[in-house]
Amino acid sequence: MSQAEDIESVDEDGVIESVSGPVVTATDLDARMNDVVYVGDEGLMGEVIEIEGNLTTIQVYEETSGVGPGEPVQNTGEPLSVDLGPGMMDSIYDGVQRPLDVLEDKMGTAFLDRGVDAPGIDLEKQWEFEPTVEEGDAVEPGDAVGVVEETVTIDHKVMVPPDYEGGEVTSIESGEFTVEETVAELSSGEEIQMHQEWPVREARPAGDKETPTEPLVTGQRVQDGLFPLAKGGTAAIPGPFGSGKTVTQQQLAKWSDADIVVYIGCGERGNEMTEVIEDFPELPDPQTGNPLMARTCLIANTSNMPVAARESCIYTGITIAEYYRDMGYDVALMADSTSRWAEAMREISSRLEEMPGEEGYPAYLAAALSEFYERAGKFQLINGGEGSISVVGAVSPPGGDFSEPVTQNTLRIVKTFWALDADLAERRHFPSINWNESYSLYKDQLDPWWESNVAGDWAETRQWAVDVLDEEDELQEIVQLVGKDALPEDQQLTLEVARYLREAWLQQNALHDVDTYCEPEKTYRMLGAIKTFNDEAFEALEAGVPPEEITDVDAAPQLNRMGTAEEWDEFIDDIENDLKEQLRALY
Amino acid sequence: MKEYQTITEISGPLVFAEVDEPVGYDEIVEIETEDGRTLRGQVLESSEGIVSIQVFEGTGGIDRNASVRFLGETMKMPVTEDLLGRVLDGSGNPIDGGPEIVPEERHNIVGEAINPYSREYPEEFIQTGVSAIDGMNTLVRGQKLPIFSGSGLPHNELALQIARQATVPEEEEGDDEGSEFAVIFGAMGITAEEANEFMDDFERTGALERSVVFMNLADDPAVERQVTPRLALTTAEYLAFEKDYHVLVILTDMTNYCEALREIGAAREEVPGRRGYPGYMYTDLAQLYERAGRIEGKEGSVTQIPILTMPGDDDTHPIPDLTGYITEGQIMMDRDLNSQGIEPPVNVLPSLSRLMDDGIGEGLTREDHGDVSDQMYAAYAEGEDLRDLVNIVGREALSERDNKFLDFADRFETEFVQQGYDTNRSIDDTLELGWDLLSDLPKTELNRIDEELIEEHYREDESETAEAVQAD
Repeated sequence: MSQAEDIESVDEDGVIESVSGPVVTATDLDARMNDVVYVGDEGLMGEVIEIEGNLTTIQVYEETSGVGPGEPVQNTGEPLSVDLGPGMMDSIYDGVQRPLDVLEDKMGTAFLDRGVDAPGIDLEKQWEFEPTVEEGDAVEPGDAVGVVEETVTIDHKVMVPPDYEGGEVTSIESGEFTVEETVAELSSGEEIQMHQEWPVREARPAGDKETPTEPLVTGQRVQDGLFPLAKGGTAAIPGPFGSGKTVTQQQLAKWSDADIVVYIGCGERGNEMTEVIEDFPELPDPQTGNPLMARTCLIANTSNMPVAARESCIYTGITIAEYYRDMGYDVALMADSTSRWAEAMREISSRLEEMPGEEGYPAYLAAALSEFYERAGKFQLINGGEGSISVVGAVSPPGGDFSEPVTQNTLRIVKTFWALDADLAERRHFPSINWNESYSLYKDQLDPWWESNVAGDWAETRQWAVDVLDEEDELQEIVQLVGKDALPEDQQLTLEVARYLREAWLQQNALHDVDTYCEPEKTYRMLGAIKTFNDEAFEALEAGVPPEEITDVDAAPQLNRMGTAEEWDEFIDDIENDLKEQLRALY
Repeated sequence: MKEYQTITEISGPLVFAEVDEPVGYDEIVEIETEDGRTLRGQVLESSEGIVSIQVFEGTGGIDRNASVRFLGETMKMPVTEDLLGRVLDGSGNPIDGGPEIVPEERHNIVGEAINPYSREYPEEFIQTGVSAIDGMNTLVRGQKLPIFSGSGLPHNELALQIARQATVPEEEEGDDEGSEFAVIFGAMGITAEEANEFMDDFERTGALERSVVFMNLADDPAVERQVTPRLALTTAEYLAFEKDYHVLVILTDMTNYCEALREIGAAREEVPGRRGYPGYMYTDLAQLYERAGRIEGKEGSVTQIPILTMPGDDDTHPIPDLTGYITEGQIMMDRDLNSQGIEPPVNVLPSLSRLMDDGIGEGLTREDHGDVSDQMYAAYAEGEDLRDLVNIVGREALSERDNKFLDFADRFETEFVQQGYDTNRSIDDTLELGWDLLSDLPKTELNRIDEELIEEHYREDESETAEAVQAD
């Protein structure tokens, strides 16, 4: 059941037996698992989550204060579904796909009232439909029959729904249509509208998964450079509070080169979502220059909104992502935070008095997480095309302890791990991704892309950086004991080089107009400049120049300014020349 | 309204009663004991035939003959502008001997979530006059910024200083649209002595006139602590969004609130989460903390400063941990700084204000604010690291550069953070002080500051004199 449908189909009535927070039980309700029901006199939306004899347990997506036994429960007979069609981009939804702007209008207040419904897409709006097939063409499920310009950035493909039979197109016309009007008819007697529905807990059908070979370019040096994510890959960002999870997620939503971004604010702060709502329409998409919102769908279920809708918002988001994947787009989905989702499951589970697993989480936590992440991937589509969904899940481990169940179960599934570090955040090293703990298993399969698109020696250069940072880590332990000056000269120099790697390359200022986005070429050139410094410095050292003099050259601190340099190509050329000149002048 | 004498079980703060008519979830209940006292409670679970009731004032004195009345509505708070200047108990009854409260409206105390679409992003700088906050962890209107403290630390003094000094600079220039400032003080389980401290200060500074005080003291029923912050926030929302006040809500001590939550959870025999706290504590706390912010088209705002004492000074304890995940940063009090006599003993390194970046800069505070703050963070962090090293190898073994960072860290604590609870520094004073300190470091080390800003603000002379002195 999606909100676009009327409640006419309602027939079977039950009666509330008990109410405890978001969990309501009803008797005499003829319902299947996961059916959507309307609870109480006010018609609060809920979902069937347990059936035992004559007793049905329902999780309610709205506040239940004042609801009491004896009130009616109506079954819609359909599972929780989303409305799919043009109009989802540039929208902001709650956890059950009610558009928040429409809710504000309908409720007439800034506070979220109960018992108000709204369809996920505008049913009145006229869209300009342009057919891409002709009468007589044969189409199969998943094939596009036409396009609609959804936003300036996105052409929305109108597809034959996956559960159709398909056949020959008997009638199709261009023109203005609402989403519910038929735009094409097939010989099988089926009619195609722009509006589709899909149950959120069921993955939309697709063909085989392929090995991803293209990176999701994020414009963030530490992520692109050291721990890349593939288009169609999965990543987790765990970190204690204040370590910059949300900023990292938002940077990805802003700058990654996906066609479509679905951003889920799951149980997080209201003001953060407001920031996104205010910023995104004004920021340009780095690929097209159009407003970022034109390719973005936001799902906001803040921490004080009903807990059951927090549980469903993840599914709502991934289903929307799958729909755009089916059009052949590369979709990136950010979920901030999956811990809140897991906690919502825990809360519902404990109200159901289920036997708890680790730390009170339900025993099916691992299964639910892996089911969600498995909906990511690079797919062969049922229409023969290709599309991908990359999933980035933030994790909020209690006390920053990565051994807790949500982090651990997530790490078993994802292949890129960006570990945020409170220590780095405290010294304002952002993004605070710890280079010793993080990893990416996509590195090797993405290297060919870097080598053919950015630089032939990419893999070696990166490995050099990793080695220097590793060595620094070891040396720091000694420095803590004896001080830097007690180290041999070459090691002192290595520390200096590592410092530039950290401060000039790994650090990136999300608030600086230029530094906030770093294209792969710049990432490579910046690393190259630090390597030049390294090579020249060691040459000088070998020629007998004392390390203080080497690190004192004027050009070296300029390395720290590379990130914010607008004309970076020339700027880096200059630094490299200056470095060579000044260092060679010392011997 | 139906009355029952059907109590079947009394356990801790909970009472179970049989009913023959349906009762709504969350409904308010009045229980009258045989000796004529009336206690209030709330329906925690409502089933066919039986309800469980949580009694706010404690179940002492209730027996199975007590009568139970269901009022048919959820808990409401009578709100009016006349509440300003009043002192109420933890359940909202006046305790200052003043007249009865004549409500203009009655609002549901649970409150409804603000539609994220209707919010306005907070970006108006609030000057607290405290350098460690204004300079390094700026507070903005509509933010929720808790103070993470420990037992015996002067968090109350800091909270009072903020309540006293908080202004928005533009107000001073007189181009404010007439929105007034109000303080709501919600005390949960604090001692009578602490309460007196607050009340004395409010009266001494005349702040009481523009305040509403809710007092649940340490010997008041623990269950009542569930209600107190909700009453405070309901009042705050009313004043902010219907009467255009800029409201600052101080809630202390959130640790006592969470203890009460655990107590009820245990009495209900719920499956406990971490350290015995209920699994829904995150949601419960969010329902309090998220009631801060600005709403588009409304003049007023709700800014929250909750105070919590971290058990064992441990910020990974569930209470500070869950709070930190919901609030927009935190101000950390530090025991070491406190014993060194730094006032306020704010450790800026683990402190954070998430809304700072949008509330500062040109036109808001000053162009150089962001860079100066970043640079001081980095330099102080480096100085702190070096202190560990000094303990082992001694100061002489360190380079000149390292010594400068050590000096910086010392001056940062004793001059920048240290200011006393009665000093009110303007943001200009704070930033100039920052430049004074930063000018002790070589120019080339200021890699977080824009070069033009360095040219404009760096104190050339001082560092030269400093070097000259050293050379002597």
